[in-house]
Amino acid sequence: MNEEVISSSDSGADSNIQQGQTEQQPQTPSSSMIAVLTGIAMLSGFLVVLTAQITAPMIAENQRIAIEKAIQQVVPGTVSNSKYRLLNGQLLPMEKGTKDPVIYAGFDADNKLLGIAAEGGAQGYAGMVNILYGYDPKCECIKGFKVLKMAETPGLGDKIITDANFQANFPLDARVSREHIALANSIITVKNGSKKHDWEIDAISGATITSRAVGKALNQSAQKLLPELLPLMPRLRFKEAIQ
Amino acid sequence: MSRPRDNTITMETFTEGLWKDNPVFVMLLGMCPVLAVTNSAINALAMGLATLFVLLASSIMVSLFSRFIPKQVRIATYIVIIATFVTIVDYAIQAISLDLYNALGAFIQLIVANCMILGRAEAYASKHKPLKSIVNGLGMGAGFTLALLSLGVVREILGAGSLFGIQLFSDNFQPWVVMVLPAGGFLVLGAWLLLFDWIKQRQVLLETKGEQSHAS
Repeated sequence: MNEEVISSSDSGADSNIQQGQTEQQPQTPSSSMIAVLTGIAMLSGFLVVLTAQITAPMIAENQRIAIEKAIQQVVPGTVSNSKYRLLNGQLLPMEKGTKDPVIYAGFDADNKLLGIAAEGGAQGYAGMVNILYGYDPKCECIKGFKVLKMAETPGLGDKIITDANFQANFPLDARVSREHIALANSIITVKNGSKKHDWEIDAISGATITSRAVGKALNQSAQKLLPELLPLMPRLRFKEAIQ
Repeated sequence: MSRPRDNTITMETFTEGLWKDNPVFVMLLGMCPVLAVTNSAINALAMGLATLFVLLASSIMVSLFSRFIPKQVRIATYIVIIATFVTIVDYAIQAISLDLYNALGAFIQLIVANCMILGRAEAYASKHKPLKSIVNGLGMGAGFTLALLSLGVVREILGAGSLFGIQLFSDNFQPWVVMVLPAGGFLVLGAWLLLFDWIKQRQVLLETKGEQSHAS
């Protein structure tokens, strides 16, 4: 039945082209084509803008909840958070469209600082692996991470989220060197089963590239961020202190 | 524009999309999302429903306006109409769940290029009255959703040992990882096509046998 429909439509189109070429029938005037296309485009524009307007607050709310959930996961116990950017060793309130590194400070119910969440990213097996990690100033360690966006192979690369042994790499030593220039020990990913120090990440066998991407993302971001952030920690201790 | 010959709505109008002309198992249309996003049941269901909505809405629009659309610009017009509804679905899914949106990735936007929808607009909606197009579009969309779901369910059970995210087996179950990889999509699709063909051939065989025994 369907083949019939398709073939009849094909022959209809063909005959129409032939008619147009031989000019047996008057051609459709261009004005009507333009009018129809304009009309449809306007209607379509109206519908799209309407949907965008209606859904914009919902999408913003979803994104806020997603970030909040991610922060709660990497800085456990967070009740509220605030967002800052780092510029020349200073904490500044968030502005739109900035490229400075962004940090989220997580506070408990008494507005005391629990930890810092920051973003990092590195090339994985299939595109970038973007993560959010939580830094605890008390133990000077990275408590955990959450994948924000990645396209790693399901069942292999995405084990970094589910694999219990991999999650057991955390807390991860992230002490800053005495000169406050870099981390005392770079975070590196080592071969499965050969982790010896607290700053090493034991890779998942079968997902080595993705494991390395996590280590690289953590190292790159922490090397840059933590030495700069450490002198600012006293100001972050309570929520009201920074304005 | 030639008007349709037959506008009576029968059960056939709806069911041909489910079985006889199933877009995936019989016509093999829209293979890109069929293979790409059926790695879990929930992704397959969401993709199917999104496609169903776009198919239905664009069918209504096309059959409403088909009288005014000059033949020369009909394809361009259909694409604009389809793209509009795809964008609406894109926003809607973002508003419903960001996790789902991230899981489906670029394939929501790619519904625009799903030949099943353009095929329906061109071959059916532009030739039939809105009501009949709605019924047919619903059937086709439901057939597409069912096909995606049947792939997604098999792939999630075998490849992840779960269904709709609920773990089915004990920890001893070793998932068959290839099933959630692209290759698994081809394997499962092939298996379903085999099953469909076998059922159809058996039906034909039984019918001819029945006729023969009737004649003798």
